[in-house]
Amino acid sequence: MKISVIITLKKDVLDPQGKVIQQTLDGMGFDNINEVRQGKYFEINMNEKDKKTAEGKVEDMCKKLLANLVIENYKIIDAQ
Amino acid sequence: MKSSVITFPGSNCDRDMDVALKKFGFKNKMVWHNDVEIPKSDLVVLPGGFSYGDYLRCGSMASKSKIMKSVINFANSGGMVMGICNGFQILVETGLVPGVLLRNKYLEFICKNVFVKINNKRNTYFKNIDNEVLELHIAHNEGNYFCTKNQLKEIEDNEQIAINYCNKDGKIDEEFNPNGSIKNIAGIFNKEKNVLGMMPHPERMIHSYLSGEDGSLFFNNLINNLK
Repeated sequence: MKISVIITLKKDVLDPQGKVIQQTLDGMGFDNINEVRQGKYFEINMNEKDKKTAEGKVEDMCKKLLANLVIENYKIIDAQ
Repeated sequence: MKSSVITFPGSNCDRDMDVALKKFGFKNKMVWHNDVEIPKSDLVVLPGGFSYGDYLRCGSMASKSKIMKSVINFANSGGMVMGICNGFQILVETGLVPGVLLRNKYLEFICKNVFVKINNKRNTYFKNIDNEVLELHIAHNEGNYFCTKNQLKEIEDNEQIAINYCNKDGKIDEEFNPNGSIKNIAGIFNKEKNVLGMMPHPERMIHSYLSGEDGSLFFNNLINNLK
């Protein structure tokens, strides 16, 4: 089973990289951008057939390593 | 006094720390990250560098390495653990000290001398030190200290702020904040004050012919406090 998970910065946390990307997009002529926030994406391929078990394990991975919950949120976006 | 410096893959200030500790009288041992037990020590140091290439988040992988279980147990039983720069990043990832270290506010790698004000001397690290302000060196890309509002309140209530960025007269102001850290925080203790994480490198300031001597004041004071 392949689990896809995204890690995003929490709302109050400053994202200087996102800001620079936004400024660059502005400079390229993409207007009407309110904000850009940068995050991380992981694909985790597991020897696990049961979706619930696999998702549970990935959630544990997120809490223990993949995300730092002081500044980041995680979300499992796909399991197949 | 016995000390141990942990070397992770990608640590690059471990040797400097070894030289500094020995210069001021510590019997220091280098300890490999894959070891299971730290040797008997009065002080354990997590040095600066780029452990595990700074992959995922700075310090995140190192915080899960084999030796860290022993370091965490040592800290939780009152042992003195000091993390410098990447070592500070490792400490926040273990949860031994609160908060996180984000990318510097202006996205620059900062490498320069700074002044820090000692905020709390009621601990083994800074007790009896004459100076209020030290000139130390910083070299980092992720030193922007951040924590939640609740954590900040707790940190302040427990007097856990160790040092703040300031000017040479000890004035703490946003103007002298190199990286965007909340409240100019450059170093922080755990609640019990036996664990210290800080971005500045005292081990780089131990010779007048290097860049300064204020690191010497720190190490001299530290070993005397431990005796």
